[in-house]
Amino acid sequence: MAEKLKLEVSDEVAIKIQSMNKWFGSFHVLRDIDLTVNRGERIVVCGPSGSGKSTLIRCINALEEHQTGQIIVDGTELTSDIKNIDRIRSEVGMCFQHFNLFPHLSILENCTLAPIWVRKIPKKEAEETAMHFLEKVKIPEQAEKYPGQLSGGQQQRVAIARSLCMRPRIMLFDEPTSALDPEMIKEVLDTMIELAEDGMTMICVTHEMGFARQVANRVIFMDDGQIVEQNEPEQFFNNPQSDRTKLFLSQILGH
Amino acid sequence: MSENNSFVRKEMISERIPPAADRGLLKWVRENLFSSAFNTIMTFISLWVIYSITIAVTPWFLNGVWDAKTVRECYDLLDGKSGACFAVLKERFPQLIYGFKYPSSEYWRPNIATVLLIVALAPILFRRLPRQLLIFTAVYPFLAFWLIWGGSILTSVSAFLGCAIAVICYRRFSSRSFAIAVLISLIAANVWWIIGGYIVDLNASFLSLKVVASRDMGGFMLNLLLGTIAVCLSIPLGIALALGRQSGMPIIKWICVVFIEFIRGVPLITLLFVANVILAFFFPPDTSIDLILRVLIMMTFFNAAYIAEVVRGGLAALSKGQYEAADSIGLDYTQSMRFIILPQALKISIPGIVNVSVGMLKDTTLVSIISMFDLVGMIRGPILSSTDWNGVYWELFGAAAAIFFVVCFSVSKYSQWLERQLETGKR
Ligand SMILES: Nc1ncnc2c1ncn2[C@@H]1O[C@H](COP(=O)(O)OP(=O)(O)OP(=O)(O)O)[C@@H](O)[C@H]1O
Ligand SMILES: [Mg+2]
Repeated sequence: MAEKLKLEVSDEVAIKIQSMNKWFGSFHVLRDIDLTVNRGERIVVCGPSGSGKSTLIRCINALEEHQTGQIIVDGTELTSDIKNIDRIRSEVGMCFQHFNLFPHLSILENCTLAPIWVRKIPKKEAEETAMHFLEKVKIPEQAEKYPGQLSGGQQQRVAIARSLCMRPRIMLFDEPTSALDPEMIKEVLDTMIELAEDGMTMICVTHEMGFARQVANRVIFMDDGQIVEQNEPEQFFNNPQSDRTKLFLSQILGH
Repeated sequence: MSENNSFVRKEMISERIPPAADRGLLKWVRENLFSSAFNTIMTFISLWVIYSITIAVTPWFLNGVWDAKTVRECYDLLDGKSGACFAVLKERFPQLIYGFKYPSSEYWRPNIATVLLIVALAPILFRRLPRQLLIFTAVYPFLAFWLIWGGSILTSVSAFLGCAIAVICYRRFSSRSFAIAVLISLIAANVWWIIGGYIVDLNASFLSLKVVASRDMGGFMLNLLLGTIAVCLSIPLGIALALGRQSGMPIIKWICVVFIEFIRGVPLITLLFVANVILAFFFPPDTSIDLILRVLIMMTFFNAAYIAEVVRGGLAALSKGQYEAADSIGLDYTQSMRFIILPQALKISIPGIVNVSVGMLKDTTLVSIISMFDLVGMIRGPILSSTDWNGVYWELFGAAAAIFFVVCFSVSKYSQWLERQLETGKR
């Protein structure tokens, strides 16, 4: 096991969620969520399937609308105001389980589109930034190819680079490695670890417990739409308090 | 066991060609024509059918008479042999192409307009061409109007400037609000058109071509005119309807749904009759809206409704992840549609759009039913009913079919080429 990252966490609040609730029709997916994330924190969210992990982080960049409570991202409250939402989305990067690259655009175009049109950065400069981040995720030589020509791990790294090109202050990951083969998981996790070392604020839904131990400064366990337990990784894994957490951990670590 | 299984190759085997029966033409014939008893029987039946048709039709073609003044002269020349009377195509060529009222001294105008049409379409059809050509594409509709309908060029210039003003106003204000920008540009354009109208009236003879009224248009020119304009207008309208149908705003959504479902539920013929007689009621009594314009509106609506459904299929085929990814990198609605959603949805929709549009192109012949003299209208009307060419059905309708086939087949070949161009590798 690699050594635990020791990184500073500032006092500045990046995300503040207060008694937030969400329903899908009459189904209560998220119940009274309270969560404060400081700048520089690396948070891993885990929990059984259907517990609302994806829904929670999708609420943070308004891919899902919450019904009651408050979500404040970077000092701006998420309301139904489109202008606010678009602004927050350009500050918050997101990586999906299935990458969701744009198949009709080359890798470089995938990375420069939003900077050019949302940030209004000149094309030349946007391309330089894109190459910089593609180098960071170690695939600059693929810039001219199309997503369909890359392996899953490479695609996910492009997806990370695409988000980084917007220079986000917060990154959200929704099971970024669960659609990948084992040997590709490592390359994506390494990229994410580097990102953490650079001090990025991250919320990551994942079942990679090694990653959680090494990178996270807090692990959150969700079940039935609520936060059941949260703790530092050491405490969380070695000394879980709730029975649900114990059961969950025994299931994923047990075999 | 182990000594039997151990083996080391001393010499590598060099490449050899496959046996004769598995090569080239022979292989193809065997696999495709004679692979089973049933297949073999079908092959012989087909060969026999092709042979009989060829035997029957070839002399008809070869004996064809190209020079005659009337159908009787034709039969005299054929002298009892079986043969076609292609002379009608030669003698009535201008009528088939331009109709019977378009002044023959002005044929050069539609000719030039057609050649320029190709130039104007080229940058849209072929992405490799320099983008500056699009400027000509923008000017073309106004130029073509002047060429085909005639009158002073100022009318076209004024119309063009009005549109240009609208676009400039829209660009200027679109960052504030879509609705305000549209409103301002509409007002500005209309104000200009009123002013422009006076200026045009004062100089009505400036660079003026002989005026040709809409009812004098005919022949294949009319088909091409109706088809091209209807298809070009209905693609953007269809896309807008498809997006509107997906819209989160209930009013817009329902307007689009009702429009699409209504138009799709009514036969085109009915719409054309409506255009012919009823639509005039909807316009102020003293304005007489041109019949071609009315027909165009109906054809555009009709085609747009179908295209909207095709595009909706394309939109539905995209994964939700594409919309979410576009949202998550901060693109707004217009940007995500323009750069992410529509390019992919339209690519999926190409076969459907082309299918519908080729259908529209052919359906332009339906206008012959509301007494417009398009290619088929000319044949059914003035040509076949004239005493000179009574009863020359095969040659005339065959020629019409051939003309439409060439156009429609080219369109479909182009669309297949385009699909291959847009291929960027499957996942
Ligand atoms: N758009 C939707 N409409 C209705 N119900 C939904 C929708 N999206 C998710 N749900 C339901 O909400 C619950 C939480 O879903 P969510 O995707 O957040 O779970 P998850 O914890 O991410 O699970 P997994 O580990 O399988 O990804 C699930 O029961 C799911 O069926
Ligand atoms: Mg999930």
